[in-house]
Amino acid sequence: MSKRKSKDASLPVGECVSQVQRIMRERFCHQKLPDKPYGLDSQYKHLLELLRRTAVHGESNSVLIVGPRGAGKTMLLRCALRELLELQEVKKNVLQVHLSGLLQTDDRIALKEITRQLHLENVVGDKVFGSFAENLVFLLEALKKGDKSSSRPVFFILDEFDLFAHHKNQTLLYNLLDVSQSAQAPVAVVGLTCRLDMLELLEKRVKSRFSHRQIHLLSSMTFPQYQETFRSELTLPDTFPDSKFSQEWNLSIKKLCEDKSVEEILQKSFNCSKDFRSLHLLLLLALSRVSVSNPTVQAADILEANRMSAADSKANILHGLSILELCLIIAMKHLNDIYEGEPFNFQMVHNEFKKFIQRKSHSIHNFEKPVVIKAFEHLLQLELIRPVDGGVCKVQREYQLMRLMLDHTQVMEALQRYPQCPTDVRQWAVSSFG
Amino acid sequence: MLAGLQCPGYPEAKLSSVSERLPCREGQAGTLLALMGEPEQYCFPSIFIYGHRATGKSHVILTLLKELEVPHAAVSCVECVSAGLLFEQVLLAMFGSESATLLPRSPSLSDFVRIYRQFCAQEPAQQTRYIVLERAELLRDMEANLLPGLLRLQELVDDNVTVILLSEIVWDKFRPNTGCFEPLLLHFPDYTKAELLQILSLDSNPSYSPELYSSYINILLGVFYSVCRDLRELRHLAALNFPKFCEPLEKGEAKESDTHKLWRNIEPHLKRAMQTVYLREVSSVQWEQQQMEEKEATALRGLSAHAHVELPYYSKFLLIAAYLASYNPARTDRRFFLKHHGKIKKTNFLKKHEKTSNHLLGPKPFPLDRLLAIFYSVVDSRVAPTASVFSQISSLVTLQLLTQVGHDDQLDSPKYKCAVSLDFISAISRTVSFDIVRYLYDFL
Repeated sequence: MSKRKSKDASLPVGECVSQVQRIMRERFCHQKLPDKPYGLDSQYKHLLELLRRTAVHGESNSVLIVGPRGAGKTMLLRCALRELLELQEVKKNVLQVHLSGLLQTDDRIALKEITRQLHLENVVGDKVFGSFAENLVFLLEALKKGDKSSSRPVFFILDEFDLFAHHKNQTLLYNLLDVSQSAQAPVAVVGLTCRLDMLELLEKRVKSRFSHRQIHLLSSMTFPQYQETFRSELTLPDTFPDSKFSQEWNLSIKKLCEDKSVEEILQKSFNCSKDFRSLHLLLLLALSRVSVSNPTVQAADILEANRMSAADSKANILHGLSILELCLIIAMKHLNDIYEGEPFNFQMVHNEFKKFIQRKSHSIHNFEKPVVIKAFEHLLQLELIRPVDGGVCKVQREYQLMRLMLDHTQVMEALQRYPQCPTDVRQWAVSSFG
Repeated sequence: MLAGLQCPGYPEAKLSSVSERLPCREGQAGTLLALMGEPEQYCFPSIFIYGHRATGKSHVILTLLKELEVPHAAVSCVECVSAGLLFEQVLLAMFGSESATLLPRSPSLSDFVRIYRQFCAQEPAQQTRYIVLERAELLRDMEANLLPGLLRLQELVDDNVTVILLSEIVWDKFRPNTGCFEPLLLHFPDYTKAELLQILSLDSNPSYSPELYSSYINILLGVFYSVCRDLRELRHLAALNFPKFCEPLEKGEAKESDTHKLWRNIEPHLKRAMQTVYLREVSSVQWEQQQMEEKEATALRGLSAHAHVELPYYSKFLLIAAYLASYNPARTDRRFFLKHHGKIKKTNFLKKHEKTSNHLLGPKPFPLDRLLAIFYSVVDSRVAPTASVFSQISSLVTLQLLTQVGHDDQLDSPKYKCAVSLDFISAISRTVSFDIVRYLYDFL
């Protein structure tokens, strides 16, 4: 304790805050790996064991990591790789190939990328291969060591695994899994996907070569655990340069977790989704409000962050519509009520609007039809309404059938928040008949 | 209003000059700046900014990035017909021309990421790099992997990079089927009426007092605010109509304080502008010329096609017949076009079976025979069914006044629909002195 105190120079507040920002942003934005995956012990052990067998004993393997988005699939894998690479012999020997379904959109690109990542471009040179399999086998052959008995183990890591299943004939998957089945070279094929029905997407011949090992990351986190994660994500590490500041910070975070309103918000966001990504989003929004004048995260910051992240974007867009466009939306809402959700066209909307003008409006004047059409087309552009059949057929635009992409409550809520909404428009919206 | 932007890591003077250039957007700029953090800190991998047109989305973000000299690439997706062009522009802005030449022909996202990584390894990011994509809704129409790929670009290239997407359309319409990395959503609210007034008043004319210009803007907003809240459109309209507003002042008929007189002068003029130049019925140049001439405002020939259509005599009747065939039920033809249509009870006939009229539902298709039958009965003289009549039908189809329904291969009984509006057909029938409303079932 005394030792630590001596090395501390208490830094100015600005410096501390900027350090905090740096540390936290690495956590929230850069997905910095935690020391240990939280709450995924058994899965972690399983994966680590599988990879170690390939790396150390030369056994081939294939495994699929399945879990919803933001559940920590990549984090789990990267943690396992990190631990594995700490072993000296593994680090020397193992090769990694990282592919992503988003980048390698067909097998030709994927093969080029594999060649590149294995640093074999000059070995391949200008060779022409008859088939994909031949090429892949050649690549793996090239990795064999001088003594010919053992070749270097290769980890194939396929992110967005489901997208690879859409490639023609699933050639890449077939060949990789085939290699992992036959005793050619030690490879481990690790697929990451968010689709639970992944195996259904594979062709029969591909499926039969897969080991059917799956690691599921279906989060069983409870609310206290979620709160604990929240706290640990915001806590500063012991290595923070100014220990006085970090103690104060951590104390304030602890207090924050006990706050009733914060707990309520956490409960709400926990009920929506318990993945790490959405939690990080919330925390970043709160963190961005931390500055020199406000050096800790307050409950109000969390409230504000929650308000920002939970805002209904369609309601926001409705807020900025002109009064004419709002009237058209109301007319559409009435049409939806009358015809029970059947599609409508511009003429019907205009008719409905004209009826309103004639009967009860005092504040809205009559607009020329082209002006109304322009407003209608603006709504179409904002995709608040959508043509029923893609909008390609040869119908006059007034008669094109449309659907409203908003529901009743959204319209009513937007109306409540609309600035300076005339009362007659509001009454028209509430009245049950047009 | 806030006391100016504050963020450590940027020079104070620049921040204050930025905030001067962003009237009424201090709040948004502050939020963005707070999210960006200090230059070398990480920012969220992707940010999605949405808001109505002309709410300052591009302006705020580009001013911030430019003034604070942050490395960035700004690309408008309208300019990029292919993903290749987008990649080229980004690489060009980030790493110079050398990198862009490395892109192969029709590059894939994989090539882009490879080259990006290669250059990024040479010059690792000291500061967060930003890629700003305007009109991001167009990304949806490009390759399916592009949008999800860009959203998690930070992970893919392993660099301190943030992608900022700007769009008018809400994020819900972007999300692909199997989901993707969720960006941080940021809303740019519309300007309030007071804010619009404040911004528009900034363009005041040097030869008149700012108060006069503000009062002019007030009048303009009074007319247009209920229809249009697009700042750019309003600015355009304000600039176009200001000379007219000043006319009484120049002639000495009114003083600057005669607000009522000025208002009486300009208001009908602005209302006319809404029906013409706002709809692009006439071009801005035409509108200005017309203001110069000032007298012959009645004979306004706009850009829209309706004012220019000249048809042969029989074509007009063919079009009228087509309109009647499209909007009247076939069973009423006997009543309208037969002189002695036997005993149909009038009351029974007039009872409308349909609740909604045909003018709400749109035109119905009709066979050629019916068109011709109606045509013979409405046209005054006797016409022989010659090839010239048939060729006029096909030229009406070419003019898109009629549309052919179904396939072109139905030679014996083609079906058509009439594709003109009631106003248009009334104008046509007036020229041949035919009272079309008497023949329309909806208006009985």
